[in-house]
Amino acid sequence: MTLDAVLDIVAAGCLIAGALLSLAAGVALIRFPDLLSRMHAAAKPQVLGLLLVLLGCALRLRTGVDITTLVLVGVFQLATAPVAAHMVGRVAYPHDEIRRDLLLTDELAAHIDRIRADRTDRPEVSDAASAPGRG
Amino acid sequence: MTPASPAEPTNPPLTRRARRRNQLVAVTGLVLVWVLLWGSFTWANLIGGLLVAVVLLTVFPLPPVTFAGRIRPVPLARFWSRFLRDLVVASVQIAWLALRFGHTPRSAIIAVPLRVNTDLNLTLTAEALSLVPGSLILEADRRTGTLYVHVLGVRTLDEVQRFRRDVLDLEARIVAAIGSSEERRRVTGADPAGPPEPTRLEGTPT
Repeated sequence: MTLDAVLDIVAAGCLIAGALLSLAAGVALIRFPDLLSRMHAAAKPQVLGLLLVLLGCALRLRTGVDITTLVLVGVFQLATAPVAAHMVGRVAYPHDEIRRDLLLTDELAAHIDRIRADRTDRPEVSDAASAPGRG
Repeated sequence: MTPASPAEPTNPPLTRRARRRNQLVAVTGLVLVWVLLWGSFTWANLIGGLLVAVVLLTVFPLPPVTFAGRIRPVPLARFWSRFLRDLVVASVQIAWLALRFGHTPRSAIIAVPLRVNTDLNLTLTAEALSLVPGSLILEADRRTGTLYVHVLGVRTLDEVQRFRRDVLDLEARIVAAIGSSEERRRVTGADPAGPPEPTRLEGTPT
């Protein structure tokens, strides 16, 4: 068996595994009970599924120009997926989209007002710290 | 009552040298992205990337990041291998939960005060945390350096406690990889008061 054939088989395996994980993420989106649980599905199996599909593509294409683009897609996916999940979670938190009956404990409830107040009282904290230094 | 704050915020103003280094890192990163986008390394790409990076950093200056430590290759490799393993475990776990019929996963929201309260550590821990089994970052409190984490698939409060330790272990791995020696001491050294106990709110959510 040639090296090309081996790489093709590994690539096929990666693509199938990635597709299955993405399918599982989709099923989880439908079946999980509330918004926060669904964000887990959007963050984890989806990211790994995409990484596996990218790996499969890279093994199949085997050209430098394409691989650099795939690497970038993977890096940005790893960096942005948690932020997206965090943003959705933050918007959803105090509202009814969350099934409180399924929570064992909620240690955020007592602090949420203070944290949000901190943020709105001093929205310019990071800017103010950086502004004088620049220039 | 706020969660115990074992580490007061350590975000001192930057020295000129640290600022220069930050800018250098940012420019290098942006040029690297630019060259990767074009897919080949040529002088035209390099110079074009430098121009774009300088314009970007002038128009959108980055907030200051304190990076007091240095990068250690061996702990960094350890962190990455553990992280990739965790990512696989997390994905399989979610897929399994999704396909298991007649079972509604329960969850919890916990507060984890980190021991090293810098913006960089807070950010990296939060990012990594969202991709490892069971956890999703919900809110971050910069003042006390506390992360509020949504944990999926826990059944008992004991499991919640174990999970709290897992988060602190993750932080320790990150600090071991990129933290300063002072930060590493704070993470690895025996904590006389034991692990910080955040406010418990038993019975509040029903």
